Amino acid sequence: MIRLTREPFDPGEALNAFCSQRAATGAVASFVGLARGTGASGPALELEAYPGFTDREIEGFVAKAIERFDLQDAGVVHRIGPIGAGEAIVLVMTAAPHRRAAFEACDYLMDYLKSRAPLWKREFGPDGGRWVEPTEGDLADLARWA
Amino acid sequence: MARVLLFGRLADVAGWREREIDPLPDSLCGLRDLLGRDDPLLAEALAGRGVRAALDKALTAGEAPLAGVREVAFMPPMSGG
Repeated sequence: MIRLTREPFDPGEALNAFCSQRAATGAVASFVGLARGTGASGPALELEAYPGFTDREIEGFVAKAIERFDLQDAGVVHRIGPIGAGEAIVLVMTAAPHRRAAFEACDYLMDYLKSRAPLWKREFGPDGGRWVEPTEGDLADLARWA
Repeated sequence: MARVLLFGRLADVAGWREREIDPLPDSLCGLRDLLGRDDPLLAEALAGRGVRAALDKALTAGEAPLAGVREVAFMPPMSGG
């Protein structure tokens, strides 16, 4: 399940829905990324997507994660557009029979989203907007899964 | 005729996000040259490290012919999450 949304979403509600009707699942792992505030007024950041491409690429990552970690299911909710400080940007959820696969797949999906998902992030600070690109750390995180 | 899309900082550098190009050059390389001809900052940005192109919403690696392509997107390094 992939959802790109311009509206704020409730990660708890999405996680509850993901956890329901799972008699065969023993473990659900989740990660919530929040928009860090810089103290400036207005949105903390803005995410640009390529409609029809971004969603399909993320679906591809999710399908790869499901296969690689033998998951029962996985879901991603990702905000696009302007995002206020403290709001959820991303929610990753993974379901597996046991916890290790669920934890690892969640970590894997976040590393992919950080550096390979077709999204462009602009952070707003006191000095205006700044486009964010993957850091050396982000790329090293991704390389762990090669 | 084809639609050319710019994302992220590429759109900021160019001052536009979407443009119809007619006729479309034969290759990605030719299209980059055309877009950068009157805009040296955009030419430099398009040649920048990590800039990828998608043809009709499919990522392409390196150079590619553009015959029959309807939409070309230039994308700077991606950053979600």
